[in-house]
Amino acid sequence: MPGPAPDERMRPIGRRNTQGIRIDPEAEATHEPRMAVLSALVKHEPGVLSEVSSLFSRRQFNIESLTVGPTADETTARMTIVIEEPEPGVQQAKKQLRKLIPVIEVEELESAAMRRELALIKVAGDKPDDVQAVAQMYGGDAVDASKDAVTVEITGSKQKIDAAIEAFEQFDVLEIVRTGAAALERGSKTMDSATMESDN
Amino acid sequence: MSERASIPKRDPEEVPERENGIEEVTTGSQSVIAALEQAGVEHAFGVQGGAIMPVYDALYDSSISHITMAHEQGAAHAADAYGIVTGEPGLAMATSGPGATNLVTGIADAAMDSDPLIALTGQVATDFVGNDAFQETDTTGITMPITKQNYFADHSDTVGDDVSEAFALAEKGRQGPTLVDLPKDITKGETDQWPNPPKTPETHDEPVEADESAVEAAATALKEADRPLILSGGGVVKSEASDDLRSFAREYEIPVITTMPGLGTFPETDDLSLGMAGMHGTGAANMAVTNCDVLLGVGTRFDDRLTGGVESFAPDADVIHVEIDPAEISKNIEADHPLIGDAERVLEQLDDAMTRAPEADEWREQCQTWTEEYPLTYEMPEDEPLKPQYVVEKFDELADDDAIVTTGVGQHQMWAAQFWTYEYPRTWVSSNGLGTMGYGVPSAIGAKIGAPDKEVVTFDGDGSFLMTMQELSVAVRENLDVTYVILNNEAIGMVRQWQDGFYEGRRMASEYPWVPEFDKLAEAFGARGFRLEEPEDVEETIQAAREYDGPAVIDAIIDPAENVFPMVPSGGDNGLFALNEQHLEMI
Ligand SMILES: Cc1ncc(C[n+]2csc(CCOP(=O)(O)OP(=O)(O)O)c2C)c(N)n1
Ligand SMILES: [Mg+2]
Repeated sequence: MPGPAPDERMRPIGRRNTQGIRIDPEAEATHEPRMAVLSALVKHEPGVLSEVSSLFSRRQFNIESLTVGPTADETTARMTIVIEEPEPGVQQAKKQLRKLIPVIEVEELESAAMRRELALIKVAGDKPDDVQAVAQMYGGDAVDASKDAVTVEITGSKQKIDAAIEAFEQFDVLEIVRTGAAALERGSKTMDSATMESDN
Repeated sequence: MSERASIPKRDPEEVPERENGIEEVTTGSQSVIAALEQAGVEHAFGVQGGAIMPVYDALYDSSISHITMAHEQGAAHAADAYGIVTGEPGLAMATSGPGATNLVTGIADAAMDSDPLIALTGQVATDFVGNDAFQETDTTGITMPITKQNYFADHSDTVGDDVSEAFALAEKGRQGPTLVDLPKDITKGETDQWPNPPKTPETHDEPVEADESAVEAAATALKEADRPLILSGGGVVKSEASDDLRSFAREYEIPVITTMPGLGTFPETDDLSLGMAGMHGTGAANMAVTNCDVLLGVGTRFDDRLTGGVESFAPDADVIHVEIDPAEISKNIEADHPLIGDAERVLEQLDDAMTRAPEADEWREQCQTWTEEYPLTYEMPEDEPLKPQYVVEKFDELADDDAIVTTGVGQHQMWAAQFWTYEYPRTWVSSNGLGTMGYGVPSAIGAKIGAPDKEVVTFDGDGSFLMTMQELSVAVRENLDVTYVILNNEAIGMVRQWQDGFYEGRRMASEYPWVPEFDKLAEAFGARGFRLEEPEDVEETIQAAREYDGPAVIDAIIDPAENVFPMVPSGGDNGLFALNEQHLEMI
């Protein structure tokens, strides 16, 4: 005797959301995307940058910026990766990153962490004094000037640089280049080889 | 049937004995081979070529026995199957360029199933790299997303260490494929460096024991469950945890379902077994997983072929997830109790923490009812046409209990999963995650070489067989006693089934106007060929093929209309599995 057809079978009451999380009917947890700054200490060897960027693209993590540079120890480098993901995505990105063999440690920086970006803005050279005045309002400086163009340098948070760029729009902007974020935790907390040993 | 006496077979007596292998290192190549020997490698599957020639030259003096395959894809699949049946990394070798790209499918396959595999590829000399030299490809670039880790060897002194580390990484922690790209000047270069023994780098995560408080909490949830269920996955095979899982389930009387790679981890003959769950799983397994209240998933990544739509997967269940790879925790299904560690050890920990069995008499009875209500069945006509399920069942009856089954990909693979009764781990050798047609013929070669004392049978499809059948020449040359059964429906049947179900029967590019006579083809290769059409000849033909000492191919002409059921459509609700075409229309 064959069992009941699909529509006549015993059914559970619950559901999961698309992230595989059981839905609590009392309090449905919504996961809005948020910005997260990940700092990864990696081995300084060929291929690491492409391993990390390939990981983020193939797993469809929404990447805002990625910077990489040397550390005090020449065998390691530090990557700062800013992503925008719902909470489960942030957690998954951290775990996937940690799994890469050349990655020594991964940490999500607190939102209070210091974040700095750099922008170089090239504008027409007809009002050099005005340009310099605006640059100084944003703690920046003109770093190159010629008859036709002035280039200023601004460092700071993303918001500050966004605001500076907007302010420069009153001039004739010729070209802009921006870096991604470099970030460090405030206070004495570090992510160095000492923590690496205690991890193993 | 003609038997050609002139087919030259490899005579083991003629192969020079090189028991000791490499004793002293003078080149990078020797260091590579010394590293492999030191790691215990006994077999290699590969194809020669310019850039890898120095390595093959060192193999000349090695204790490793090399099996020349017809195609590098075959080498990768054979090595993968070898890895599944032995638990140790299988070795695949290829030259640069096309040799390396031909390995890619097999490496990706190993990655999806976490099979231990090490691939060595030749590369043009470092001076030429980046110049689009003859047979140059960016092999480390191409294989980066499908390897656990890959290496570009950049020094003759350290190339052996690279190979040792790659071997260790393939084997330890969550298993998987690794690759070492070997530029010709590096392997030819002089060195006297004996390679380091295999050792994983410090940054590699190899968790063993799960957090004690998490284990306690999981045990509490499990013993208080009303509807407990164990889901046993491929990780149970990989961690040799099958015995522990059996005793755990029996001691606490918890019903067990498996994933496809988990076939054999729990004996399907046991009263607690509900069989395989997922797209073509049993009705009982899918009812149980949908309605359980605590699900203990061991060594599984909750793949979509198992879960169907995640919204309806075990929606009432607290999930305990035993898993060696932290990145699998809550990736697809949220784990209420993540237990990160090696399955064997974590099951012991859980056992220690269980003070009593859950009270689940009613649930077990319910599961029993489902098993009775939804048996795996098919209609068996009096005479023709031959039913594929009958062929699988009959073979299972006649074969050794611990025979190894390998498969191609398609309907035949599902029938082999459904209608063969799996009782032991490492007896199901298939392309589960990648679904690679063509896995069948070479996988039987790797399985037989890895487990020479076991009976090996491959269920293949006509389409899948045509993708890698050239490897039959290797099975003949190596005189491997394997049996291939082609469940021949003159169609790429799985696609035809989906067209009939979901594309209004518009059969675009799924039916072959003509397929070769596989029995004759087998004979041309020097294997033994059989053609099977009548149900009454099934037993006799299978026995004749089994008794033949060497590779035999049965071309079984089956009912072309036969479809695989039960079925949960892609992304569907496991509890709404269809038992037939009419059900498919209802859901
Ligand atoms: C390499 C590859 N190409 C295409 C597919 C898509 N595909 C899945 S099943 C299938 C049909 C397989 O035909 P056959 O081997 O005869 O098996 P059957 O379903 O007829 O038993 C195809 C084309 C695949 N899985 N692998
Ligand atoms: Mg077919």
